[in-house]
Formats: sequence, structure tokens, C-alpha cells
Amino acid sequence: MRAGFNAVSAWAIYKREVSRAWRTVFGTIISPVLTTCLYFIVFGAAIGSRMNDIGGVNYGAFIVPGLLLLTLLSESTSNGSFGIYMPRFTGAIYELLSAPVSVAETLVGFVGAAVTKSLIIAAIILVTATLFVDYTIAHPILAFVYIVLVASSFSLFGFILGLWADGFEKLQMVPLLVLTPLTFLGGTFYSIDMLAEQWRTVALFNPIVYLVSGLRWTFFEQSDVTIGVAFAATAGFLALCIGIITWIFRTGWRLRD
Amino acid sequence: MKAHIAAVTDPILKITCLDKTYPGRGAAPPVKALDNVDLEIRKGEIFALLGPNGAGKTTLIGAVCGLVRPTGGTIEAFGMDLKHEWRKIRARIGLVPQEMAVDIFETVHHAVTYSRGLFGRPADGKRIEEVLRALSLWDKRDSQLRMLSGGMKRRVLIAKALAHDPDLLFLDEPTAGVDVELRRDMWKQIDVLRELGVTIILTTHYIEEAEEMADRVGVIDKGRILLVDDKASIMTRLGRTEASFALNAPMTVIPASIAHEGLALSDDGMALTFRGGDGAGGGKEAVAEVAQRLAREGIGYSAIDVRESSLEDIFVKLVEDRPEIAA
Repeated sequence: MRAGFNAVSAWAIYKREVSRAWRTVFGTIISPVLTTCLYFIVFGAAIGSRMNDIGGVNYGAFIVPGLLLLTLLSESTSNGSFGIYMPRFTGAIYELLSAPVSVAETLVGFVGAAVTKSLIIAAIILVTATLFVDYTIAHPILAFVYIVLVASSFSLFGFILGLWADGFEKLQMVPLLVLTPLTFLGGTFYSIDMLAEQWRTVALFNPIVYLVSGLRWTFFEQSDVTIGVAFAATAGFLALCIGIITWIFRTGWRLRD
Repeated sequence: MKAHIAAVTDPILKITCLDKTYPGRGAAPPVKALDNVDLEIRKGEIFALLGPNGAGKTTLIGAVCGLVRPTGGTIEAFGMDLKHEWRKIRARIGLVPQEMAVDIFETVHHAVTYSRGLFGRPADGKRIEEVLRALSLWDKRDSQLRMLSGGMKRRVLIAKALAHDPDLLFLDEPTAGVDVELRRDMWKQIDVLRELGVTIILTTHYIEEAEEMADRVGVIDKGRILLVDDKASIMTRLGRTEASFALNAPMTVIPASIAHEGLALSDDGMALTFRGGDGAGGGKEAVAEVAQRLAREGIGYSAIDVRESSLEDIFVKLVEDRPEIAA
């Protein structure tokens, strides 16, 4: 057993979590992709064809980053939370807690698998979107990095929810009551420049605005906030989540009696 | 007051002054689950930790395995301090929990392979096959755990705990809730592990299990270790012989000529009962002596019922009246 990073253990967790996704392929992959396709049909193809361009970008194409982010946030959070909540719920967490596994290996395993699932979903959505709207990605590498960053941050956030929740209701509460409304109000389907002055100011307090703006910039080089601010906000959120999880494992909160 | 604990040389596990207090919930006061526990385990032995429900057995195991954070005390395993060398120590410990805590949609092979990897051991299909075959699970390797019976699931838990070849294995109530046949089957599996040289600590509240399996026995109650010793030593120290003579004619008092320490007359005067000895044969000599005295005095009896106290009698006595015995 090496004293440093235990890659064998991290890989074991990762592999198991990814295989769990394949066992429930409808729920984890097909279902979110299908839901996003419906958004594209309704808002992109049907309504979008009657909408004006936004900043010179066709409305159908304009909502691609927003819809991608909508799915990315909910799926990353859900994958991250279920991965750790289920063993807590069944009691199988005993094995993880009694194993020679550190926080780093646990996160690489669980969150890595959640991010992988999110990236697969993101790739399918981007390919599927081409069936409904024409779009190009101005900065594909930057977009990929940004998607990885967002998926990692929200998988970590989900992991925290999975540790915090003591019931399925709580597990669903934050994604449904906080994340989804903030995402819908965060410029998924519109630019916040389209809002009245006072509502635009209010919108800037919504952290999701920065995420949507960042991703939209990598697609169309235009956004509500600058790309630097968006990256900094996302990276800050990532660091905060890692800090909270490290504290949880150090203190054993909700994990060890 | 410290319990009688036999000294162990070169222990594989050494627990010193271990305390665990759970904070009270709401208005409830804190609960002391482990109270100044000292325990040493020999390499290669099967140690049974006996105690009633809520005695602290699972908490003690949890403290060693990393599921419970002790409030005080130290734990050393394989000559290393658990606090600092937790990775090295945990890699050599296996745990079979009391609850059927598994992902029921996983296959047997996946579940056991995962456990080996989780404990940092590289994949080894041959070793996994050996473990599964040893526990008669090979034919079920592709079955989801939900398709298995309770006994089979318990075997999977053992296979998972053995997948990384631990030197020290904790079995927390391994036969709780299983039928007699499965229990005996499980005992055979534990025997196989003993032959492989695995040190085993099992908790149980089935005295029969401790009598059948263990080399040494510890008794815990209300978080305190009351006694730790070899089974034979416990029987010698705390065991008793009980013999009842069914008299042919009633007796009002015990004549001085047959009086013996531990001899008592029943209320109806129809039975003489002897209680004494050391539980390891010593009491039988006293019974023979009483029988000879009765014969000498011409006191007739129609039957003698002799019974040695079991580990269960000792356990019950310990838990009910512990200060007197543990002293």
C-alpha cells in the first residue's frame, strides 16, 4: 500500500459507479437526453423559428449552451448525490469508511464517475442539437474545459448534498427547489440584457447567470458577463465544494458516529 | 475496577483505555458506549466478544475499523498506531457487518471484485475465484445479490471482507437471524478461515457460538469489558457443578455427619442440592464425597442429577451480578 494516492482504490470506486450508470442507462443517460431534445423541439424548432436573433445569433442556436447547462447542472448534481447517498441509505457505506481510502481517492472515484456520466450526456446533447438547429462552437477546447469545470463543480455539490441528506426528499429538495428555478431564471432561454434594468440587477445575484454566460461565450463569443468572471466564479465554487467535502471527511460529519 | 484480563504476548490488536461517548440527542443525556476498554488479541486466534444488545460490541468493532470516532484511548494493530498508520492497518483488516448492507443489484462477482480493489489490491481473478469457491459462491457469481437467500448474502459479505486477504477479520454477529443449519454452515466457514491463519474477532449474543468457535472469550456489558480469558480458564474460574440428590425420605435438617460446603436442603426436605467446584471437574469429586457420606449414614436416594454450568450460565451471572465476579 502506497502512502500517497491510492489509484487502485480510486479506480475501483470509479469503475463501480460508471457500471452502475450502465445498469440504469435509461434513467441516467437516455432520460435527460430525451428531455433536452423536447426542449429543442419546442423552444428551438417550434417557437425559436418565430423569435428574433439575439446578438446576431439565431434563437435556436442561442439556447443550446443554456439547455446544455440546464441538463449538465441537474445531472451532475443528481449523479454526484446519488453515488454517495445510496451506500449511506443501504448501509453499504461501511465498506468505504473501513477501507484505506482518503478523501482524494473517494472524490476521484465518485465525482470522477459523475463527471464522466455528465460529459457523455453533454456530448449526446450537443450532437442531438445539430438535428434541430445549426450552430458552431467558437472555442471548442475552452468550451470543453468549461463543461468539465461545471460538471466537476456540480458533481462535488451533489456529493455534498448526498452527504447532507437524510432522506430522499431532502436529496431532491435542493435540485428541484433551488437549482432548477435558478437555472431557468439564469438566462437559459434569454439574455439578461432583455430584462428591465431592475430585474437585470437582481439577475446578477443569480450565480447560474455566470455559468450560462461563460458557456455561451465559448460558443458565440458573446455573453452577459465576461468570460474571466464566469471562469473565476465556477473555479471558486469548485474550490468551496472541495473545502466543504474535506472538512466533512476530516470531522466525519454525517459519515462516522 | 478492571476486569480479569489474561496477558497476551505480541498482540495483533491492542486496545488501551478506549472510550466512546455518543452525544445525547435533544434532551437525552450522552451515552457512554465504551468505558475504558482494554483488550489484546492474539495472532491466529478466534476471539468471541459476548454481550447483550447495546453492550458496545459493534461500537468497539466500529472504532477499530474506522466507522466510529473514539472519544479517548488508543488502538494499535500489527504493531502500528491506528491514528497515524490507518491506511496500512485498514488494508489488513476485513469487516463483515451485522446488517445486510449491500447493493442488491450488483452481481456477486462484481461486488467481491470491487471490495478487493477498494482495499488497494490489484485485480486478481484467480484469487476472487478461490474466495468464491471457498464460500460455495462460484456458481452464483453472475447472480444479482437480490436473487440470493439471506444465508448466501451473508456469505457474499464474508467474501467481500476476505477479497483483499486480511490478516484480521471482524465478524459482527455473523449468524444473527439465520437458521440453525446456516449457522452451523457458517461455523464451518469460520473454521476454514482459522485454518488459513486469519485472526478472527466475532461478536455474538449466542453463547453456543462462542463455545463452539472461540479460543478465547470476552464479555462486555454497558461498554465495559467484564472478563477476557481462555474458555477453559473461564470454566475453571467461574464454572460450577450442581448435583441434586432425590431423597427416599424427607429430611428436616442436614445431619452434621454429611454436612459439606455448598450443600443445601430443599424446602420440602426431599432433595439435597450441592453447588460448588470449579466447573472443570473439581465439583464432581465433591459430589462423589457427598454421595459416599450419604451411603455411610444410610440415607437413601433414588436419583442424582449432576450438571456442569455452561458458558451461558457464567455469562448470565456476569452480566447480572458483574462487580462480584469481575473482581
